[in-house]
Amino acid sequence: MDYYNPEDLKRFSDVGEFGKDLMDKFFEYYNSATGEEGALTKREKALIALAVAHTEKCPYCIDAYTTQCLETGADPEQMTEAVHVAASMSAGIKLIHAIQMRNTLEKNRAL
Amino acid sequence: MAQEKTKTNNHNFSRKLIDQGLDIDPITVQTLQVNITKLCNQACTHCHVDSSPWRTEQMSLESVDRCLEILSENDCIKNLDLTGGAPELNPHFDYFVREARSLGKHVMVRHNLTVTLDGNPRTGEEKMYIPGFFAENRVEVISSLPYYSSYFTDKQRGEGVFEKSIESLRMLNQEGYGDGELKLNLVYNPVGTFLPPDQGSLEADFKEKLKKNYGIRFDNLYTLTNMPINRFEKELKKQNAYEEYIEKLVNAFNPEAVDGIMCRNLLSVSHDGKIYDCDFNQMLDMQCRNGNGGLTIFNFDLQKATKRKIRFGVHCFGCTAGGGSSCGGQTVS
Repeated sequence: MDYYNPEDLKRFSDVGEFGKDLMDKFFEYYNSATGEEGALTKREKALIALAVAHTEKCPYCIDAYTTQCLETGADPEQMTEAVHVAASMSAGIKLIHAIQMRNTLEKNRAL
Repeated sequence: MAQEKTKTNNHNFSRKLIDQGLDIDPITVQTLQVNITKLCNQACTHCHVDSSPWRTEQMSLESVDRCLEILSENDCIKNLDLTGGAPELNPHFDYFVREARSLGKHVMVRHNLTVTLDGNPRTGEEKMYIPGFFAENRVEVISSLPYYSSYFTDKQRGEGVFEKSIESLRMLNQEGYGDGELKLNLVYNPVGTFLPPDQGSLEADFKEKLKKNYGIRFDNLYTLTNMPINRFEKELKKQNAYEEYIEKLVNAFNPEAVDGIMCRNLLSVSHDGKIYDCDFNQMLDMQCRNGNGGLTIFNFDLQKATKRKIRFGVHCFGCTAGGGSSCGGQTVS
């Protein structure tokens, strides 16, 4: 049994076998939000999605949005920068929790 | 077995047209695209012609003259589109351009930029005169530049190609190219197994970055899809990615891209005078039929040429994927 088989991405719509109405609504929302030009270009959206794919650690999305970035004209330098934004945000989010640690240290009169 | 049959049908371009109720017949012959040499100073990874410094095929003077006769006898053929290899490396190139211009034809040259600086890889002959020659003959220059920075360009076309291309573009700009009067168009094709981005938005990026970083001006950007034939096909197969790429092209079939595909208005001539529906069919040796034989520049007949049946293969999905792809770039606005 393989987890995260790349072929499985093509079967995403199978999730709608039960609860089709909900999946249809999801796909409509998803395709509008990620795949259409709006105030953001398709390339900007693809770079955001690539960054989110990394923070969410989704191999399907990393495959899909690496290609989408290339097909919207992004280059490896821009894509790597997007991943660094994601990675540094993740690190920052973890580090800001150290304030909570410090609050507890203070409460325990350890600081 | 049934699954295999479905796959074969899906990959059958003629079947796809029938299923979609579409018909692709020639409209006219507006452009004669002539591949006058397979010799090139570069050996790019995607090249569907398999051109390189080691190729020796050249169009003869007799064939060049016959092409000129065809241009002269047929008013509907307005454009001569010279390609290769590096077409400037054919010994009769300058003559061909001058004579076609004197017939009042619009001449386009698929110019790889670096040949100006590299010269002839076999003879060492210099080619620095090219930008001036183009300007003097008011040639439309169409040049490959896979990206506005060196990474993708050098990866596809070889180490140092981007830097040389920029130098050559500057020389063309100095001759007055890129300001609308003398046309300088650039061609983007993906460096790998993905489809080209939207032509309009990429053109805006190219213009901004090339101007800002290098002071380069050009007129239009054409985005082209990589054809899964010859060198690119071998590369895909080596990476076990051929089927996946074909599937991508088939899935991206866009009926709206059909109208503008080049084989409806163009004929492609090989260095040995054979005629094809397009440069890709030429490389696959799918010559236009003429009764029991093949159509050539020596038995050319415009009526027959416009009544011919276009020959299709799986590679045709490359011209109809997404925004479409032709020698003039995207076919869907």
